[in-house]
Order: sequence, then structure tokens, then C-alpha cells
Amino acid sequence: MQKLVDSLIASGAFGAHPPYDIVYAIAIFVFSAIVFLGVAFPFAGIVSWVERRVWARMQSRCGPNRVGPNGFLQWLADGLKHVCKEDLIPAESDETLFKMAPYLVILAFTLPWAVMPFSSSLILADLNVGILYMTAVTALTVVGVLMAGWASNDKWSLIGGIRSAAQIVSYEIPAGLSIFPVVLMTGTLSMQGIIKAQGWAPWTWFAFSNPFTFIAANILYISALAEGNRTPFDLPEAESELVAGFATEYSGMRYLFFFAAEWGNLFIIGAIITTLFMGGWQVPHVSNSPVVMNVLELVMFNVKVLFLVFVSMWVRGTLPRVRIDQLMSLCWKYLVPISFVNMIGTAVWVAIWPEGNSIAPWIMMALFAAVIVVFLGRVLHYFRRSKMELYLSPTV
Amino acid sequence: MSLRTEEMTLNMGPQHPSTHGVLRFVIKADGEVMREAIPDVGYLHRSIEKIAEKVGYHGFMPYTDRVDYVCAMFTNQGWGMASERLGGIEVPKRGEYCRVISAEFNRIASHLLSVGTMGMDIGAMTPFTHAIREREMINDLIEELCGARLTFNYMRIGGVAWDLPPGWREKALAYLDHFDPILEEYNSLISYNKIYIERLANVGVISTAEAIDYNLVGPNLRGSGFKWDIRKDIPYSVYPEFDFDIPIGKGEFGTLGDAMDRYMVRIREMHESSKILRQALSQIPDGPVLAKVPRNFKPKAGECQIRVESARGDMGWYAVSDGSAYPWRVHVRTGSFAAMGIINKLSRGLMIADLVTLIASLDVIAPEIDR
Repeated sequence: MQKLVDSLIASGAFGAHPPYDIVYAIAIFVFSAIVFLGVAFPFAGIVSWVERRVWARMQSRCGPNRVGPNGFLQWLADGLKHVCKEDLIPAESDETLFKMAPYLVILAFTLPWAVMPFSSSLILADLNVGILYMTAVTALTVVGVLMAGWASNDKWSLIGGIRSAAQIVSYEIPAGLSIFPVVLMTGTLSMQGIIKAQGWAPWTWFAFSNPFTFIAANILYISALAEGNRTPFDLPEAESELVAGFATEYSGMRYLFFFAAEWGNLFIIGAIITTLFMGGWQVPHVSNSPVVMNVLELVMFNVKVLFLVFVSMWVRGTLPRVRIDQLMSLCWKYLVPISFVNMIGTAVWVAIWPEGNSIAPWIMMALFAAVIVVFLGRVLHYFRRSKMELYLSPTV
Repeated sequence: MSLRTEEMTLNMGPQHPSTHGVLRFVIKADGEVMREAIPDVGYLHRSIEKIAEKVGYHGFMPYTDRVDYVCAMFTNQGWGMASERLGGIEVPKRGEYCRVISAEFNRIASHLLSVGTMGMDIGAMTPFTHAIREREMINDLIEELCGARLTFNYMRIGGVAWDLPPGWREKALAYLDHFDPILEEYNSLISYNKIYIERLANVGVISTAEAIDYNLVGPNLRGSGFKWDIRKDIPYSVYPEFDFDIPIGKGEFGTLGDAMDRYMVRIREMHESSKILRQALSQIPDGPVLAKVPRNFKPKAGECQIRVESARGDMGWYAVSDGSAYPWRVHVRTGSFAAMGIINKLSRGLMIADLVTLIASLDVIAPEIDR
């Protein structure tokens, strides 16, 4: 980001001797405005449409297909509807807290975009504690959700809020511990630093660098789903149990904020995994032009993130919800101990092979390929047995 | 320092999304763990039994659909059989076959809805839509048969209203060929899912003795390992002519009589219904479907008790005639109402999320509870 502005100043775009501090300030405002209003919020909206379509396909339905081409503008229609609706505040609620809660949730959703490494120069602030900052600000959600649950003065909301607090606080621990292996291997917390330690090819990604990081990547994804209130961990808003959980009493725009944050968080979940384990924006060096490279990197980063977003939709369409005690035992009995073993394992691995083992990535990739082959084989097996027609038209 | 805890009283329903209609529970909970859940029934009471005394024998048939609109064929059949017993009417063979065919299709449809909503209550939406997709095809078949998709009003006193339309038999057989593999697919989609088994196994365990004591019927009773099916044990209609098994719970995923057992009994009953349907569709004789019944139907004074194995179990129809054109008293005994009695006992110590599982596993239908 700074480099980009520097090069613009050097090229004389703002005159020979521009007031540097003002140019930088304006650049920061413009860039953050573009990121927040042009990327984050539309992303949340579009993802809601994509999810409904993908989900509908998995359930042999059509999904929204009326507003705009293939229902693409459904998210705008829904957003407008929610904005126009009456903002209902229950008489018995704690009004101040009730009004504030959605803003905290939306804040927790917007703050991580500051360290989002879209490409080698498109990053708002390459903090030297980037990944730590990311986990810290996403955890703000719990305050908002708990506030919403408490201020609604509704027992269902309260249970939803408390469930959410228990869930997010618990899953912060395996999530944090799963970041350690990468930090141990790179020696930095900066998002760009972590990405630069990896290459564009899958065998140079940290996910396949050794068995411990592979497990760490999976644990991090599971924990991130739990923190993002996604199925199978969507207990705070479990529709069939708690009506709508912490959001039961909300309506209109405030209700929209909760769900925009939920869908937008998918991008953040994907971005964290991509950065730490999947090589971030790394692309093969094909051009000397920084503009071409930046565009390619931006595309690569988004492709990886959107794949992970799709996986989370896939999981949502497949799995039932776990119970609260099963959720807690999964976290404390399995994920936390495994994360600790991972951490120690990675430390030992790094001590033995400080430069990385050259054979391990290939073995890891072969195993991963075997898993994918087995999976596809099973899909084909059931597909043949069910004698159903494959129906893949995207435009219904 | 000791923390003071307080019991929380929660009101679940009648507008709660997972109470399967208008049903209310007063939950006394300690955090997530329930002390008890007191069912409060009566929100869907429509005085159907009283209506029977005002509309006469023929006229009551459409009302019976509303007793249990998820499997209306059985309520039709129950009322038809009760009136026939009072009037001493013999149903033609083909009429009985039509009744069995439509009723067994309806059993599959009802069980599909039950296992589908089970998935939805656990939080998995996909199985629900897949089950509903199959149910839609059955609805299409039944619509062709009687013109209605939910409240069928297909049967009449003395048989059924219409014969099978031409070509219907082949369509029905083609559907069954499609349905049997689908059930396997459904099982591999959700029934053997790890999380699903974890959620259902060992939840709401009803021992065999308890199930009998609490008067449970149908899949709820058979899920507890007691082999009791009216179709086999007190045969009616043409069921003795068919070869089929009565699946019972075996406790293969947890304790005998848990929610998973009741669920698996329903899955297996769909297989058995498919078996019955294949036999019935191939053996169906020719002939009339409706016996001659006078329009002014006046059975001689007396009373009768009819038992029908509906999708929710032993459904009793008690009718008293005083010799006039209107029944003097009608009473319906339904499985869902009996199942509501055991919820309070089972709910103690369960989690709130398990109550939803429990209701879904007992397959209670609100209109059947209240009539």
C-alpha cells in the first residue's frame, strides 16, 4: 500500500512537491473506503445470494431466481427491504445496549480487512502483528452477540448469546494454537511475511509442508467455522431450537447487520486459512510489470478464498448441527490437545529440519490426492447406484 | 463465594418453529439442561368428534382428513371401517385393495415427512428437501387417484370413491423402483452420519415396559423393541394376504428404545410398505370398488371399536349408533396424544436441543393430538 502511494508520488501524479502527509491520509481513507464499501459489504451480500443458490442446488431446489439475472440482485432487494423495515425495539429491552450490539458485530467484521493481504502491495496496513490483530478483532463478535442476547430481555436470545460466548471463547484456543506452527516456521506474525515465506506451488504451501501443519490447517478451519457460527456449529442461532437465537428480537437493518457480518466473516475465515496455509496471493513470476503481477495476485488470492467459502457452504448443506455439550467436548477433549501436540511437533520438526524437509511435502500431497480420489470414487459409486441424471444448468 | 442459580421457565410454542404445528411446552430449565418440559395441548382443538354427531355418516368423511392431515388415508379408512361395521356392509375385494394401496403410499409419505423433519430439527436442511421431493411424487400419484394432495377424502363407506385410473398401476410400480434405491441414498446421506447418530442415539430412551405402560403405539412402541402391529396382530382389510415384516428397534446405535431406534423403524417400515405395495399392485383383482350403500345410511343401534395401524400407530375409532342417520358418539384414539404423555417424563435431564429431537422422534402431529 505504502509502496503503491510512494510510486505514484514518484511518478509525479500529485505534482512535483505534494504535501506528503495529506496525500498519505487521503490515500488511506480512499483505500479503506474502497475496501469497506466496495468489497466487504457487497461481498457479504453477494455471498448470501451465492450461498442460497449453492445450497438450493444441493437440496434439489432452484433458489432465488427472480430479481435480476438468475436472481443475482436478490441480495440488493433483501437489503433494501431490511433497510425500509421498521426498527423495532422491545419495550422491556435495554435500549442502549440493544442498539449498540449490531454495530459491534459489524465492527468485528470490518476491522480485519485492514490487514487483508489482497496482493503484494494491496494491503491497508502490513502490521508486524497482523495475524494476532486479526484473531483479536474477530473475537470482538462475542461481545456484540452477548450484548444482543442480554439486551433483548428474551430468554431464547439470552440462551443464544450465552451459547455464542461459550462457543467463541472456547474455539479461540484451538484457533490460536493452530496459528503457532506457522509462526514457529516463519518467525513472523506479519501477514505479508507469512505469505512471502511460501511459494506459489502447492508443495511450498505450509498446509503440505509437514503433517503437523496440515492438521493445524484443518483444526483452524473447524475452529473458524465455529467462531463464525456456521453449520455444524450454528448453535447460537439454532433455528429449530432457539427460534433465531440472539437475533430473535431484532428486525430491519439491525437484523441485517448480524447476517451481513456472518456472511462477510466467511471471507475472513477463508483469508486467514489462505494466508497461513495456502500460499496467500503467491503466483508464478510471469511479468515484470507490477500492475499485471498485482492483478494476478489479487485474482489468485480471491480464488483461493472463494474456494474455502464454497467449502463452508458445502459443509452447511451436508451436516447436521452438534449439541452444545458435544461442541464443548469436541473443542476441549480433541481440538485443544491435538493443537498442543501439533505445536510441539512443529517445534521438533523445525529443530530437526530448519530449512524444511524436501520429501515431506510430496508425501503429504500424495496422501491428499489419495483422499480426493477416494472421495470422488465414493461420489461416483453412489451416483451410479442412485441412477439419477446429472443436472448442472447454472441458469434455472 | 457461591453462585446462586435459578430455575428458568421457558415458553416454547405455540409459535415455535420446531414444535410441528401449534404445540406448547412449558420448560423448566437450569441453563441448557431441562428439569422438565410440560406439554400443553389444545391449541388445535376443532371438536371433530362433536362435528360427527351433526353431519351424519357420509358427511363426516371429509372431516376425518383433518384428524391427521399428514396421513389422511388412515383416518378415512378408520371411519369407513367403523361405519361398515355398524351397518354390516361388505367392501368389495378391489375396494379393499385400493384402500391398502393408497394407505401404504400414504404411510411412506408420512414417514418421509417424519424423517425429513427429524433432519431439519437436528439442523440439517438438505435431508428435509430430499425427503419432501420424494413425498411430492407420492402426492402426485395420490392426486391422480383422488384429486387431492393432502386431505384426500378418497374413501367412502363401503369402499373407495374412484377406481385406479388407467396407467396408474405402472406409474406406481415405476415410482417404487425409483424409491427403493433412494432410501439407500437417504440413509447414506443422513442416517449413518456421525453427528446425526451422536445426536439421536441414547436420547429419549423408552424401555419396552415403559412404552407399554405409557400406551405408546406404532413406531414409538416398536422402536422400544415390542413387536406389535395391528396389520399383523389384529388383521383387518386384506393385510393377511401380504407377506411383510414388522421392523422393531434393536438398539444398534445406542440403547434400545432411543430416538435413533424409532427413526430407523420408520426408515425400515418404508421398505416394508414398498413390499406390500408391490404385492398389492400385482395381485389386485378386478371388480367394483364401492359397495351399494344407501344414501340415507342408518345403521342399527349399537357400538363398535375399530383399530387401524396408521403411520403414527394404533388408531382407534369408536362409534355409537342410536339407529338414526347421525352417529350418537364418535371417539378417536390417536397415537400422538399418547406420545405426549411420556414427554414430561423423558425430558427430565435432557438438554433443550434434545427436546426438539425427542418431539421429532415421537413423530407427534398437532392436529392428531387435539382433534
